[in-house]
Amino acid sequence: MTVLVFTLILLCGSYIAGLLGSLTGLGGGFVIIPLLTLGLNVDIHYAVGASLIAAIATSSGSAAAYVKEGITNMRLGIFLEIATTIGAFAGAVLAVYIAAHYIAVLFGIILICSAVISLRKKRVRVNHKKSYLADKLKLNSSYPEGGKTIEYKITNVAGGFFMMMFAGVISGIIGIGSGALKVVVMDGFMRIPFKVSTTTSNFMIGVTAAASTVVYLQRGQIDPGICMPVVIGVVLGALSGSKILVKTTSSIWLKWVFAAIIFLLAIQMIYNGLTEQI
Amino acid sequence: MMTNKRDIQLIISRILRTGVFASVGIALAGGIIYLWRHGNEVVNYEVFKGAQGYQAPGYVFHNIVTIHGRAIIQAGILLLIATPVIRVIFSAVNFILEKDYLYTGITLLVLGIIIFSMLQGGSF
Repeated sequence: MTVLVFTLILLCGSYIAGLLGSLTGLGGGFVIIPLLTLGLNVDIHYAVGASLIAAIATSSGSAAAYVKEGITNMRLGIFLEIATTIGAFAGAVLAVYIAAHYIAVLFGIILICSAVISLRKKRVRVNHKKSYLADKLKLNSSYPEGGKTIEYKITNVAGGFFMMMFAGVISGIIGIGSGALKVVVMDGFMRIPFKVSTTTSNFMIGVTAAASTVVYLQRGQIDPGICMPVVIGVVLGALSGSKILVKTTSSIWLKWVFAAIIFLLAIQMIYNGLTEQI
Repeated sequence: MMTNKRDIQLIISRILRTGVFASVGIALAGGIIYLWRHGNEVVNYEVFKGAQGYQAPGYVFHNIVTIHGRAIIQAGILLLIATPVIRVIFSAVNFILEKDYLYTGITLLVLGIIIFSMLQGGSF
């Protein structure tokens, strides 16, 4: 395959990844690793690097919009970034000692978990229970919803902090934003409203991924020839996704289709990992 | 100088947006030059080769001026990685201005972790 053909295929694939990721809210990075390793026969070390770059690009792009709308809880995001950056650094360091095929298997498992997480029903409720740490750290906040301002309180701050460290480690090892894991911790455990959880998770992904990317950069896993079409593709894809108005019904349908694709890719990654083809 | 919450949100939003679009633009420019010069070569990413000279920041800065496609792309990628870090630095400045010393400390700690990762990451 020539450089030109490789670049064009990767550009189209990344565009679709960015588009689907943006429409479903699952993030585009998930498709990048299988596309590179299964589709284009690229070594997983390069794929992990390119996927992290894609995660930084899409999260920074969409975080820009959410922060402007005032939904993101920036204090909470910055506080939890302590945990995710420590985790991401540890994960990137650990990744050297893990054989490539185990990384492929782990990637597949996390992929299935994330797809399941994203399909579960969102609970709409607001927590008003007080927490000492949340008060001390000024984490309680409010967000705009349909012209009204909704106040909320946060609980389980310490527990959530340590679980975020785990999300950071996973992100550092397999090179994804691990947005779904972050949302589960914030929404399910810390009782943060779903809208705030998703946007704050998005806000944190860029910094989390940057902490592990600087390690991968020094190891030579960030290759310009691979990252160039990936970055351009996912950003343009995410941009088109945000322009398309999706009706709630078709969005649910799309989510199932994307979840099915992700499930198949995950099985393939696990299979290839177990048979050491990756 | 006091800045309100709304201003900060707008500035942070603008930093992120500018960073992403600038790095995509730079990568695109570098990509065109790279394809122009190397488009017909055969790709070989099947085996991981480890750190290459053309990926190092030192090489990037030396070779942007001589219009090396890969160096220009890598400059765009470095800018993209720097974008969230610049956002962290800006948040720290904001908390100093707000006289919120607890969050100034928290933000500087995050920055410290990233800098540590940057300096020590290669040694593992």
